[in-house]
Amino acid sequence: MAQTRMIRLTVNGETGSYTVPVRQNLVDFIRNDLGLTGSHVGCEHGVCGACSIEVNGDLVRGCLMFAVQADGAEITTIEGLAESGRGAALRAAFTARNALQCGYCTPGMLATALDYVEGGGAADRDAIRAHLSGNYCRCTGYQSIVDAVCDVIEGRVEA
Amino acid sequence: MSGPLTIFDRPRDYIGQPVPRADTKRLLQGRGTFIDDIQLPRMLHAAFVRSSVAHGVITGIDVAEARALPGVVAVYTGADIAPHVEPYVGVLSHLAGLRSAPQMPLAVGVTRWIGEPLAMIVAQSRAVAEDAAALVTVEIDPLEAVTDMETALDPATPVIHAEMDSNLAWERTVDVGDVDAAFARDDVTVVERRFRFGRHTGVTLETRGAVAAYDPSEDELTFWYSGQAPHMMQFIFAKHLGLPEENVRVVSQDVGGSFGIKIHTYGDEVATALAAKLLGRPVKFVADRMESFLSDIHARDHVVDGRIAVDAEGRVAALAFDDITGIGPFSMYPRTSAIEANQVLNLTGAPYVIGNYRAHAKVVFQNKNMMCQYRAVGHPIAMAVADCLLEDAAHEIGMDVVEIRRRNLIPDDAYPTQSASGMKLDDLSHHKSLETLVETMDYDARRAEHAKLREDGIYRGLGLISMVEVTNPSPMFYGIGGAPIASQDGATIRLDAGGGVHVSSSVTEQGQGTNAILAQIAADVFGVPIARVKVTTGDTRTTPYGGGTWASRGAGIGGEACLQAAQALKEQVLEVAAVILQSAPGKLDIRAGAVVDAEGGAERMTLSDLARTVYYRGNELPADLKPELVATRHYRVTDFPFVFTNCAMAAEVEVDPETGFVQVLNFWAVEDCGRVINPVLVDEQVRGGVVQGIGGALYEECIYDAEGQLQNATMADYLVPMAFEMPDIVVKHVETPTKTSVLGAKGAGEAGTGGAPGAVMNAVNDALRPLGAEIHQMPMTPERILRALGKV
Repeated sequence: MAQTRMIRLTVNGETGSYTVPVRQNLVDFIRNDLGLTGSHVGCEHGVCGACSIEVNGDLVRGCLMFAVQADGAEITTIEGLAESGRGAALRAAFTARNALQCGYCTPGMLATALDYVEGGGAADRDAIRAHLSGNYCRCTGYQSIVDAVCDVIEGRVEA
Repeated sequence: MSGPLTIFDRPRDYIGQPVPRADTKRLLQGRGTFIDDIQLPRMLHAAFVRSSVAHGVITGIDVAEARALPGVVAVYTGADIAPHVEPYVGVLSHLAGLRSAPQMPLAVGVTRWIGEPLAMIVAQSRAVAEDAAALVTVEIDPLEAVTDMETALDPATPVIHAEMDSNLAWERTVDVGDVDAAFARDDVTVVERRFRFGRHTGVTLETRGAVAAYDPSEDELTFWYSGQAPHMMQFIFAKHLGLPEENVRVVSQDVGGSFGIKIHTYGDEVATALAAKLLGRPVKFVADRMESFLSDIHARDHVVDGRIAVDAEGRVAALAFDDITGIGPFSMYPRTSAIEANQVLNLTGAPYVIGNYRAHAKVVFQNKNMMCQYRAVGHPIAMAVADCLLEDAAHEIGMDVVEIRRRNLIPDDAYPTQSASGMKLDDLSHHKSLETLVETMDYDARRAEHAKLREDGIYRGLGLISMVEVTNPSPMFYGIGGAPIASQDGATIRLDAGGGVHVSSSVTEQGQGTNAILAQIAADVFGVPIARVKVTTGDTRTTPYGGGTWASRGAGIGGEACLQAAQALKEQVLEVAAVILQSAPGKLDIRAGAVVDAEGGAERMTLSDLARTVYYRGNELPADLKPELVATRHYRVTDFPFVFTNCAMAAEVEVDPETGFVQVLNFWAVEDCGRVINPVLVDEQVRGGVVQGIGGALYEECIYDAEGQLQNATMADYLVPMAFEMPDIVVKHVETPTKTSVLGAKGAGEAGTGGAPGAVMNAVNDALRPLGAEIHQMPMTPERILRALGKV
């Protein structure tokens, strides 16, 4: 089998063709080849959630998918969210509630929280905690993140 | 308080307010700069071959195949790098008798724990470096591994370091009063317990990592690392790699969690710096998750045999314990691995009036990963031992656990005083905090509810803890013992031409909000809107000299230095303004970025006007007026070895006797960290700390087998607290500012982690007691609970 393969994909609205090693995972490609270092690598085995990104509308762990599997995909990373303005209310709420400290889990946490909010999730603290339960944060104790998500759902945030 | 007027004698806009952190916006847009985000021209990548044997003689390392792999630039073994590194030994002179053996970045001759770096590959990518690492063949003649700390001192156990007579690293006894006589009294009830505390590790989400760059033309090393103490590392690289100290620059940018994990000397990081020096090219090393579990320092892992004697009135007559802890094969450099045991000796029972106290600790070597200082060093052990013994004793004599605390906590009006172990204590509020806690949690109602639920077979429990936390350390912590660790910190504040203010500080930021609180302090004290304040931390080339962040010192020490510098700059600016405005400094003030009349507040000139006059049009100033518009102040704690805080906490749990599962239903914390600079940040330090403490109480443990193999070195197997299991945590404050500074702030970073485990253990035992069971081992896993219940 060839060591590399050509893929074509759209990341944050920008389409390109790339030659990638077939063994390279998606988040390494996004970080190292595209320079989108906002997506973080925490465990590399799908447990911590730091590398969560949106692939074709689904929330995906960038460390559990190979770059070649993303051929033809549309991908949105934390940089893309910031540039498009999508998730602005959540970002404002995260700042107001200090729902991040070191910021390393934040790209995945924000993507997961956005997935919940855009999916019509209710301001139910247990349901929010359940939805976030695949994203590890060592700093905050999670409460402020739950607060931020509730603030957005209940319309307490001006983006 | 008498004395000169301070910022606390006038209205403030920022100190004490929930000001949002400026740094969050950047991080929420993916614009942080963590170690693996750094890309430099010609940069190479390192991977390490690590020992798979806990103890053995290295008889051969074959690197030929690895070296031949395309893309590999260099391969180093321990023998290759030994000539370039001065060995390091983790001892300090104030820990009398502490011994360790010389360490090298890569093992030389003998390997002593699984995960120890044996060889280093430097290649064009991390992937190629890992490929090459897999091609290295290491031959090791196994020696018997010393893994059980409780038998590490037995004569039959092999000695890990041939030059020593035993595996004992350090031993200390504190003996105050007449403990034996107190336990022998016929009017006391004695309770004895054996406590076991599991090994934990920090699991920072950003693993350890570094980028090292060396410029041979200038003989300069620049070391970007994910760490907490740039100046300490500057010294270490200079000394051990043979560089002039001023030629070493250490930079910490965004740090993805640290908690004490990233404040030590790790062989792989030293080797990374050396490789950059030898190759003259930048080298990046980022640990993968398994490397983190195998090589990030571990902590806790204590077995404590404790005894308490209380009289019929519930007064503590004596407290005594023996502690043993296994620290791995070396004492970590330069902080040493004896500090945690020393903290246990110093802090156990410190909230209480105890006249008779004996504490003894043995620190032993073993063939496991090294242990060292991690968030709340020693506190989880010290607080759990004292307060679990106290609550168990209360039950023995039929007294409520709040009441027994009321009878034994040091009175709030007794300060200054000292603990049984001789710790100087001041400005604490145990009683007020406890009463606030009892009220906040609705203690009596919950007790009544629990009694009723028990009739329905629902087993809930409440557990409390009254604790102290070591913060704002003086030179007595490390500097006195010869460590290259500053306890003082500095801040430089300058007024720029545009009227903005730049703060440069030697304390560091890992997300706790250092930069934010420095900006709050500078803005309030100097008198500018906070948006006009820019903060730099984490760079030995540009910040004043200082200790960085550890032992909850950033706000208390770094904040006070910033306050003093801002005050000095203000006085300087007012002097200049008085000349320009033909007024007197005392008649002027700085508010909202402008020089104003102190009386009435009318604006006289903007800071920008003043600064532009000084910088551009010095011709308008008298020749003898030479304003600098920059001020530096340093601050250290001088009157006390440490500035203690106190906290009262409670946990409410439900134990399922069928499954052994423990759910934490509620948690309350009443914290007195002195002046609260930013309540949002402080509350979150407490909450994050509590969650980390709950992790230690219920989930987290580095599980080793008898051969010294770590069994659960993945995030799927080492359980950390996730959102779903954690409760909301109620945080309240009692504010007793420390008199050691104008700012009055103490630390807040570690109380939660230090106190929560004991509170949870007390709560679990409260729930189990009606079932005739008890548990004194952390983590309190379902299996252990079921064992305690006799069900498995």
